Amino acid sequence: MSQNEIKDLEKIFEEKIARDERIEPKDWMPEKYRKTHIRQISQHAHSEIVGMLPEGNWITRAPSLRRKVALLAKVQDEAGHGLYLYSACETLGISREELYEQLHTGKAKYSSIFNYPTLTWADIGAIGWLVDGAAIINQVPLCNTSFGPYARAMVRVCKEESFHQRQGYEIMLTLCNGTEEQKEMAQDALNRWWWPSLMMFGPTDEESTHTEQSMKWKLKRKTNDELRQQFIDQTVPQADILGLTIPDEDLKFNNDTGHYEFGEINWDEFWQVVKGHGMCNKERISARKNAWDNGEWVRDAAVAYAEKNSEKEIQQAI
Amino acid sequence: MTNQNLIKYIYGIADNALILGQRISELCGHGPTLETDIAMTNIALDLLGQTRSYYQYIAELSKEDITEDDVAFLRKEREYLNVLLVEQPNTDFAHVITRQYFFDEFHFRFLEQLQESQNVNLQAIAKKSIKEVAYHRQFSRDWVKRLGDGTEVSHEKIQLAVSNLWPYTNELFMTTNDDVAAINSNHGIDVSGLKNDYFNQVAEVLNEATLKIPDLDFFQKGGKKGIHTEHMGFILSDLQYMQRTYPNMKW
Amino acid sequence: MKKNWPLWEVFVRSKNGLEHRHFGSLHAADADMALKNARDVYTRRSEGVSIWVVESKNIKASNPEHNGEMFEPAADKAYRHPTFYDLPDDVEHM
Repeated sequence: MSQNEIKDLEKIFEEKIARDERIEPKDWMPEKYRKTHIRQISQHAHSEIVGMLPEGNWITRAPSLRRKVALLAKVQDEAGHGLYLYSACETLGISREELYEQLHTGKAKYSSIFNYPTLTWADIGAIGWLVDGAAIINQVPLCNTSFGPYARAMVRVCKEESFHQRQGYEIMLTLCNGTEEQKEMAQDALNRWWWPSLMMFGPTDEESTHTEQSMKWKLKRKTNDELRQQFIDQTVPQADILGLTIPDEDLKFNNDTGHYEFGEINWDEFWQVVKGHGMCNKERISARKNAWDNGEWVRDAAVAYAEKNSEKEIQQAI
Repeated sequence: MTNQNLIKYIYGIADNALILGQRISELCGHGPTLETDIAMTNIALDLLGQTRSYYQYIAELSKEDITEDDVAFLRKEREYLNVLLVEQPNTDFAHVITRQYFFDEFHFRFLEQLQESQNVNLQAIAKKSIKEVAYHRQFSRDWVKRLGDGTEVSHEKIQLAVSNLWPYTNELFMTTNDDVAAINSNHGIDVSGLKNDYFNQVAEVLNEATLKIPDLDFFQKGGKKGIHTEHMGFILSDLQYMQRTYPNMKW
Repeated sequence: MKKNWPLWEVFVRSKNGLEHRHFGSLHAADADMALKNARDVYTRRSEGVSIWVVESKNIKASNPEHNGEMFEPAADKAYRHPTFYDLPDDVEHM
């Protein structure tokens, strides 16, 4: 293809996106669009399946049967969401195995929040309330993103995820209506998860490298800072209902803007965790890698069995 | 049959579902593929759902003011009456599947009969559960065949699992005094009657999976009377951690 | 050996009376497993009463580059649609 032909295709492509038309896998797309989507969708998929681990920690220790089944179903949903997203990514011409490889070798990123440890039962409440809350804010706009398979996967994810945050908030509510010790447990979890949750929206707009292009492709509809603000504005009143204190001395409501002002985020910590120095980076990756490596003989056996059986079927047919 | 007989009879059923459900839950997030992970978790959720139905019924039967969670979390090890098979560890996927298969073939037959129980509560639970368990059995059977007749490596691994877990099969068909009381009053069913059919079926599936049946004449037992393997204490320390550390709280 | 499970497309009928609709994809070693995986992955919330699976490589798809000749010729055949025909307003049931 000549440079001019590519220019023409690019123009048609940009116009389609501007008209809010969806791009489907077999449509022509600029290489950069494909690459960016593989990066973002797989990062999202990795976050789902790495995210299973900190919560999975507590399934066997859940304090009641009702909580146990709810948590198990929630962590299972995350596996499902990972699966939907990997499938969406695969339509761009990359296999799930290649994507795993990127995760296992540290080439691909996932949401840094999952490198924090889950130390108490209240962390399960806080993750559902805050981490899923932040995720929903990030995800809802993606139901209208330009790449069809991603948008469709997100519709399913968002629909299923609606119980996740309620599950978490209910845990927090029960703790806060419980004994003094339980309430302290809830406050302690909020203290540890609040700031990392704010970091989930990514660096400030000034620092963010991908925002402009992503806005154009409708991979993003609002900037990191706008989404973060939305999260804070809706979460602070929820903390009030719980009777918990947000661990930020600078937090105050600004009557003029109608928004909460908040303190400085510790970006050093953010970048340290991204670089691999969080408390659980190594455990998380090695847990994923072990599951995959230890599963190899199982996957092989299933393929070998399938091959033998299809041979048998053919022979019977003859 | 006394109330206590009936309660202990139901422990004998429900604790199997709880402990196996707990064991499979340990694997969530660590399966060989996402698809298999999701499938195994569905089995755990079915079993834990069944557990809750039984325990809620026990709580109703109990003279004390207790809940399903008191039943699940606050007994001592000796008071759990599950068979030894279900507490065996997740050594590898071959052990997980074999344990599941050995239990499912029993569980299905058991529920089939329990549907005929004179006890309407048990009958209702059995009717609901049997559909779930029919699926579990199909799932584990398929995998026994895949691993047995898959590669050399998988064959070896599942043959080892079959040998390791075989000694725990016989206990499924033993009856305790409480079982006998429940059977005599037509609440319970006589599991010893399921044995021949069970072993015939298992032999057929193992044979199809190109696996050898271990030549054994000794079997392990004890779980039904509360005498467990070393694994049980560790399972309970996870399971009961919260309830023991923070007694008398709502979660 | 390292053999990966092929990709399958999953179609689910939500209830009788409706058509099977494409729900998504998954990996499985054979058709049987694909059906069961589809049940476990895509019908956890009672989304279906019937499932079809087909290995993705067996689907032949039209090429969007040929959309011009494939689909555009249908655009100007307005006479295939009821609104093409003018009738007075007082004609009912038509």
